[in-house]
Amino acid sequence: MTFSRRDFLKAGGVLVVGASLAPSLARAQTIPNADRFLGKPLEADRVDAFLAIHADGSVTLFSGKVDMGTGGRIAMRQIVAEELDVRPERITMIEGDTALTPDQGSTAGSYGIARGGSQLRQAAATGRQALLALGAARLGRGVEDLETADGVVRTKDGGASASYADLIGDKAFGVALDPKAPLRDPQRFRFIGKSLPRPDVPAKVTGRHKYLHDLTLPGMLHARVIRPPAHGATLKAVDESSIASVAGAKVVRIESFLAVVAEREWNAVRAARQLRAEWTGGTPLGDHATLFDSMRASTIVREQPITRRGDVSALDSPGPGVRTLSSTYRWPVHSHGSIGPSCGVADVSGDRATIWSSSQGTHRYRAAFARVLGLAPERVRVIYLDGAGSYGQNGAEDAACDAALLSKALGRPVRVQWSRQDEHGWDPKGPPQLLSLRAAVDERGEVAAWETRAWLPVSTANLPHLPFLAADAARIPQAQGRATGLIYQNIDPPYQYPNVDAVVRWIPDAPLRTSPIRAPGKIANSFAVESFVDEIAALAGADALAFRLKHLTNPRGVEVLRKVAARMGWQARPSPKPADPNAAIASGRGIAYVHYKHDETLVAMGMEVEVERASGRIRVTRVVCAHDCGLMINPDCVQAQVEGNVLQTLSRALHEEIVYDRERVTTVDWQAYPILTFPEVPPIEVELIQRLDAPPLGAGEAASAPVAAALSNAVFDATGVRLRTVPFRPERVRAALAGRPA
Amino acid sequence: MATLKITVNATARTVELDDPETPLLYVLRNDLGLTGTHFGCGLSQCGACTVLIDGRATRSCVTPTSSVQTRAVTTIEGLGSPERPDPIQAAFIAEQAAQCGYCTSGMVVAARALLQQNRRPNEAQVREALAGNLCRCGSHARVIRAVLRAAAGGR
Ligand code: FES
Ligand code: FES
Repeated sequence: MTFSRRDFLKAGGVLVVGASLAPSLARAQTIPNADRFLGKPLEADRVDAFLAIHADGSVTLFSGKVDMGTGGRIAMRQIVAEELDVRPERITMIEGDTALTPDQGSTAGSYGIARGGSQLRQAAATGRQALLALGAARLGRGVEDLETADGVVRTKDGGASASYADLIGDKAFGVALDPKAPLRDPQRFRFIGKSLPRPDVPAKVTGRHKYLHDLTLPGMLHARVIRPPAHGATLKAVDESSIASVAGAKVVRIESFLAVVAEREWNAVRAARQLRAEWTGGTPLGDHATLFDSMRASTIVREQPITRRGDVSALDSPGPGVRTLSSTYRWPVHSHGSIGPSCGVADVSGDRATIWSSSQGTHRYRAAFARVLGLAPERVRVIYLDGAGSYGQNGAEDAACDAALLSKALGRPVRVQWSRQDEHGWDPKGPPQLLSLRAAVDERGEVAAWETRAWLPVSTANLPHLPFLAADAARIPQAQGRATGLIYQNIDPPYQYPNVDAVVRWIPDAPLRTSPIRAPGKIANSFAVESFVDEIAALAGADALAFRLKHLTNPRGVEVLRKVAARMGWQARPSPKPADPNAAIASGRGIAYVHYKHDETLVAMGMEVEVERASGRIRVTRVVCAHDCGLMINPDCVQAQVEGNVLQTLSRALHEEIVYDRERVTTVDWQAYPILTFPEVPPIEVELIQRLDAPPLGAGEAASAPVAAALSNAVFDATGVRLRTVPFRPERVRAALAGRPA
Repeated sequence: MATLKITVNATARTVELDDPETPLLYVLRNDLGLTGTHFGCGLSQCGACTVLIDGRATRSCVTPTSSVQTRAVTTIEGLGSPERPDPIQAAFIAEQAAQCGYCTSGMVVAARALLQQNRRPNEAQVREALAGNLCRCGSHARVIRAVLRAAAGGR
């Protein structure tokens, strides 16, 4: 297949915005002239909401789902190309603009392709049927005599044809999405399943890709927001004279919402540093040192059984020969850690607002911004522009709200750029998780009973959006509450043990604001469950792989585990590995498995590690992953997601922990909150299983779930020491090796 | 207001600054429209803002503009374009070595500095040269492959 990246650039894959452009163009999102589509249908059950075919035969794809660097930008094109029967390079894509794209829900939960893509696929398939019908009328033939080929409807005998452009160019389809419109035969896919290159990569590696952070509007001011020194503190006084020396800098204050603005960005930075302000009070944060104790001691909002089967009485009254085991696993607070601190640009004038944001949920947040601004939602347009990867919800929505309030106050477009300290200090955090597990193991080494108790911060029911920092500070009423994502899934084992009791104990509080963070909850839950399975296997003197396979009934699960084992050259034996306790370096291997949410992607993860006994340093020397996410639209993009999941989660497990004192987060830069660096990156071998006939299950998150467990299992195999609290920093590992509690 | 003359991507430029100590990063992005150089921390901790100054990889977020007046600044835009990528950029494209891409231009520039000093680095040297460039998306494995590919002449 010839597929030139140049074609993509010509087709409009590159954004053109900037100070030099007229405001109408700058406003037109990323695609020149996108505003000509204003007023188009947006209802997600209409083909016209998703697709437009133009007079030159090119196609515009309107996607409510956005691409944060995951590959959706090519995958969505491939889906449309396949089902509509046009070449992918003829497709331009508009993402996440609330005025132009259908609301397909936030781009989250690994559903970008699994749900958004499937909707799109059906829209394109319906569109193709509509074109066949138009062709039949035009050519005077029955639909059964016709076929499509690269933007043309033609008779099967090749006699007559009509191009899509002629049939419908710049006109509406006017048809509803047909959930039964026939899909292409997977055996004859031309674009789906191919690793086509992403259209955004050339611009990204040459510095030409325009991010939200790069957007400038005529008359735009640069702003920095000054957050309080203590959570919830009240602004008492501001000394405006303290920034008198900074050219053109001005203070904006709305109640306790404090910002400085300037024409020049550096002046805004300087003013923010120089400004003297007096704050009082605040709401003390909990004690970080006793976080997990207070979670366990917390009042319980609600108990939610996740799995209950059989009889677990053996845990409390083990019969003869039955051994019991109990362990507690702890997962700390994490930051999303975006490499680019959040940014927001807003232009609020009169009764209208346009807000540019890297939000993963522009549609959802439109109403939220409208409420804060006191505008009707239809007066607010939120336009998605790429930011740095956000992995859930970072500070993007807050920065957008900052900008919107400032723009409203000043009557000029405003760009807010958060500092590194703002992002680490104030992005909503991944919640902490505490899991206690118990098992009874009978004389044959079988799991006679399993219990999980998970203490997890509860999400507020029907919370319309995460409360904005700026709105709270400005005393603008908004719904209060927290969001944590679906963090209860996978607290139960994926194996068919007869007696299981897995319960979530929802607790009301978390130390800081929370939001979903990649694979919400499932990483910590799988860490606990899959480490504990390993503990049981070790107690039973069983091989960790065989112990899993014995009670795994899902054939696709068996397949991924076997693939990893084969590639690793897995030697069946119990852990830990017999080793010389005096050797300076201990090495071992571990394995873990997840069936994501028990009905989505299946992943097995193998890991090899070396542990330097003296320093406690863990070096991951090899990662092997087998991954079955059903149909893969673009295998290379899936592979990149798997690699990213592995490395990001290794980083979280090895290094990361947000620390706070009674007033605020103290780990506010990359020194205090280190992440994985290049010298630590292990070789990663990925085996992808393509299932052309199966539904796509999602690749954005699942591979992160088994990472921490595979790591801790490998460390146990190497050293005989079990790490149950993340992060596995050297001092903690050293303490564990020395037999002190870790 | 100070008038400074600097040379960026082999072109002489004049900028008017309230503060001559303004970090080069802001001048590149806001005065010269070279937005490929990114703000990541402003603390010399992440590498997103890396440019070449007289051929050496330098953090533009902590480099006062006044200090580069007699030196040659090269930004990511000065290396190549989507239509004519330089060999390192071509290797990054071949390896699809970017996710969100926010960290990427800093890595391409750091790789350029490395290959100028050491034409055939081994993998360990590549990792070491990029140790100060952070990526959150986990594009590292591909970036390493891309730099090694560029070092091997694109293969
Ligand atoms: S922005 Fe300069 S090193 Fe991070
Ligand atoms: S590609 Fe997103 S931070 Fe590196």
